[in-house]
Amino acid sequence: MKSNRGTRFQLFKRKHLCIPYGVFLVLFIIVPILIIVYYAFTDDNGLPSISAFVGFFTNWSKVNVLITSVFVALQTTLLCLLIGYPLAYFLADKKVNKNAVLITLFVAPMWINFVLRTGATRDLLTWMGINGGNMPYLATLIGMVQNYLPFVILPLYTTMLKLDKSQIEAAADLGANPVQVFFKSVVPQSVPGIVSACTMTFMPTMSSYVISDTLSEGKITLFGNYIYLDFANNLWHDGSFMALIMLVIIGISMILTRNSGKEEKEGGAAW
Amino acid sequence: MVKKIIGQTYIWFILLLMYLPILVLIAFSFTESVNVGVWKGFSFGLYGDLFHSKETLVALANTLIIAITSALVSTILGTLGAIGVFYSSKKFRKAFEFVNQIPVVNAEIVMALSLAIMFAALPSLLFKIDLRSYWTLLIGHVVLGAPFVYINVKPKLQQMDPSMYEAAIDLGAKPHQALWKVTLPEILPGIFSGFLLAITLSLDDFVISQFTTGPGLLSAGDPKIVTLSILIQDKIKKGPIPPQMRALTTIIFLLVVLGVIGVSVYRHYQAKKGTSKRERRA
Amino acid sequence: MDKKNIIISLQGVNKVFDGTTVVDNFNLDITKGEFVTFLGPSGCGKTTTLRMIAGFETPTDGKILLNGEDITKIPPHKRPINTVFQRYALFPHLDVYDNVAFGLKLKKIPYEKEDKKGNKITAYRHLTAKEIDEKVAHALEIVDLDEFEDRDISTLSGGQQQRVAIARAIVNEPEILLLDEPLGALDLKMRKDMQIELKEMHKKLGITFIYVTHDQEEALTMSDTIVVMKSGQIQQVGGPLDIYNEPVNAFVADFIGESNIYNATMAGKLKVRFLNHVFDCIDDFPTNEKVDVVVRPEDVILKVVKEPSKEKVTGKIVTKVFKGVHYEYLVQVGKAEVECRDTKDRNVGDLVTVEVDPENIQIMKKELTSNVYREAWINNKNQVVIGEDPFACDITQLLKGSSVNEDGYLVGPDGKKYDLNDADVTAEIALDKVEMIDGYDNGDTNGDIVSIIYKGDHYQVMVRTDDEEDFIALTDYTWNEGDQVSIKVLPQNIKLSLKGEISKYEIE
Repeated sequence: MKSNRGTRFQLFKRKHLCIPYGVFLVLFIIVPILIIVYYAFTDDNGLPSISAFVGFFTNWSKVNVLITSVFVALQTTLLCLLIGYPLAYFLADKKVNKNAVLITLFVAPMWINFVLRTGATRDLLTWMGINGGNMPYLATLIGMVQNYLPFVILPLYTTMLKLDKSQIEAAADLGANPVQVFFKSVVPQSVPGIVSACTMTFMPTMSSYVISDTLSEGKITLFGNYIYLDFANNLWHDGSFMALIMLVIIGISMILTRNSGKEEKEGGAAW
Repeated sequence: MVKKIIGQTYIWFILLLMYLPILVLIAFSFTESVNVGVWKGFSFGLYGDLFHSKETLVALANTLIIAITSALVSTILGTLGAIGVFYSSKKFRKAFEFVNQIPVVNAEIVMALSLAIMFAALPSLLFKIDLRSYWTLLIGHVVLGAPFVYINVKPKLQQMDPSMYEAAIDLGAKPHQALWKVTLPEILPGIFSGFLLAITLSLDDFVISQFTTGPGLLSAGDPKIVTLSILIQDKIKKGPIPPQMRALTTIIFLLVVLGVIGVSVYRHYQAKKGTSKRERRA
Repeated sequence: MDKKNIIISLQGVNKVFDGTTVVDNFNLDITKGEFVTFLGPSGCGKTTTLRMIAGFETPTDGKILLNGEDITKIPPHKRPINTVFQRYALFPHLDVYDNVAFGLKLKKIPYEKEDKKGNKITAYRHLTAKEIDEKVAHALEIVDLDEFEDRDISTLSGGQQQRVAIARAIVNEPEILLLDEPLGALDLKMRKDMQIELKEMHKKLGITFIYVTHDQEEALTMSDTIVVMKSGQIQQVGGPLDIYNEPVNAFVADFIGESNIYNATMAGKLKVRFLNHVFDCIDDFPTNEKVDVVVRPEDVILKVVKEPSKEKVTGKIVTKVFKGVHYEYLVQVGKAEVECRDTKDRNVGDLVTVEVDPENIQIMKKELTSNVYREAWINNKNQVVIGEDPFACDITQLLKGSSVNEDGYLVGPDGKKYDLNDADVTAEIALDKVEMIDGYDNGDTNGDIVSIIYKGDHYQVMVRTDDEEDFIALTDYTWNEGDQVSIKVLPQNIKLSLKGEISKYEIE
């Protein structure tokens, strides 16, 4: 009798709790990606084909869009870092900001829908005279920075909170002036946050199509637009191939940042 | 002192820039003009329009239903997943977390496209049906939210003293009782912030919604579920933000402000409660 | 021992984690009401054994009996055993009362009731709120925490949390209370107080305590029985006095209390040779047997002398530390050191004789598995010097993945260079790897056979070199005492271990 009960206890293990989520991940993350890979390398008859591959690299406008997208994404990331880094630094500095709620204000716009925010930015810019008609590139860039700034601030803020204060004090103690302290102690310590901020901005910017569509009034086409258009026009093989290119770029950036970006995954701590 | 002034000025300046488009919308929600920038006298007319605009109200309701249900499902799946994985072997954990990380770092459009091909393209090719419905929209939003729940719960499990669960078992709790009575309360803050994040991501989303939405839920004549983001995107392609949306923005903004104030008051109260209890005992 | 009084019995218990044996053939009977302590260094398997008794781990092999009943596979929540955890493991979201009442609220007790037909049957019910209240109040009273019921855990001091943890365990009236280093997180003063309190609690409750600690003083203070463990194996079981006075081997002697431990050789009937001197002793071992000798510092008798004595061991005081009641001296005798405790004040530099009463010399049989040379060192040719003779050896074994470069430096896998010239090492040579060759100068060193023991199918031969080092070899051939031989050892058969960290030999 007793040993029977014993075995029942053995059957329920805490690790089995992950089965539902595990099944979910396989069904709705792994399988869809495999489908994309399949579509990227087949033709309409389901036969193996590299026509999407050839089609992409021989179509100058598509390659051009890829290059433009990378360029826009780089600029956005850089601008976001330039604005967000000092901001996160000040927010995390107890001498400047004692109010932990303030950081919430930087995330709160997300509660107002992304499309609505983008529309609002466009309407404001149009009112100010910057519109898709005359300055499509500038408008797009402003919209991007406006939208992705919170993604830069959050990981940077979390890293800044963990800065080793004694190291900073030691640097000052050893005769470094405030500027030197900042560049020799604060910046190196916050590298993981910078890396995370870059990945959280770069990829979404590249693949976003709503912002560029709305703010440039259709004059600037980014990589995401093409994927969307291909899908809307039932060109699944071409669309899948471009999605695959994005996946490869993401994979490479993940491998490159794997070591430096371990900590910041808890970015949600600011919530 | 100088640093404080510069810092504070900078913080509030950027905050102002970030909120400027929204603030402008709010300001012009009190006048009945087609475009922002044109003031046609003070009026609450847009608020009346809002409550008479069926498509807006339907979209709002759809958005809220999706946000809440997907956040709930995300929370349950993500939390159970985090607990289960935490007690699994290291190899399994690494593989699991790699997959969990894919939607976090992946471009939304790639996830959206892959789901859409699975839900729409493949079935229509094979069986001439489009599976997209409320359920696929829900799945899309769970893909968005659950990984973040997982990421929020995991550190709480790591911080927990592993002997706490054993202590509960030792005192006579069955494994499920120990999970419910000891582990769960311990990781509750992580679950809660994961839930909040899942709601936020769902409310904010457009891309996944656009690719995975289908018929179902409430409808204002459209064959597909229209969420706020889908509706607004549709409108702003053709012209400025519809005036009644300005009123809606004002209402959402007020709710957000109330929420932020609520959170800070709650934190303040919590901190105070902690100290007063200690004082009383001392 | 009365069989009926045995509450828990571990029989041939083994535990293997990922191929490593953590607990090795553990056999122990514990009687009702005993205070038993598992004592040993970290990683000795004491906590794993405790966890198997609690039910958190299942033995790979063997049985655990509780009151004669096999409980090996019973889950922890069904065992009448409760645990006080290392870091208390209190539930922070519950207050003191709810922590203590946790087990009671889950518990169901049998009671008699009549079913519809009027038959008496046993049913189960939860405890009533009043019953729980009373039990909690009583438990808190035992740990001196009455009136703390509605306090939050976070507002309690370490000592108070400790008491709550104990109350939470004893409130369930377990038959055995397991305590896993419960005082580890407390400061010294608090520990001492709690030790006494725990001991009193044990008396008051009358239940069996199984206590795990690495602190030998704690074990000696509190226990009825101490189980000394090392590498998953029981070394010795006994009362505090037995363990202190009669350690069975060098490990126990070293672990319990301060002690001087020497390699010694039996020099005749009731005579043992160490510190280059023959002492009288009371333990009988065969002549020429290699043994370990333990002398407690307080048993060393020092006498100040003007000149080195010929009959007695003479040394020089090199350090002196005042310890309150006594002084601690370190006496240098030749190359060896003797630690002594004495109430008399002497000076550093004093010449003293060292004497030990025969009954204070504890002699322990040495399990011979290999020749161990603790005073070996590496010379500039990367040879290991044992006694005064160099042996070729493989120094790359001191650092995994290393190699020797053309300059004779050890190069690590990370490219760091080490100069091991003069490094102190311990060299170990298995008995069957020592090769004897007839006649002098045919091997690495020369010596004479001093003893031969027949071991059934082979001989164990001891060779003493001219610099007084002993090599023990196993051989199938017949030799005679007094034979002159050469000793040869292949480089790969010399196991080296460095004293201290390799990093201190790093060079630029």
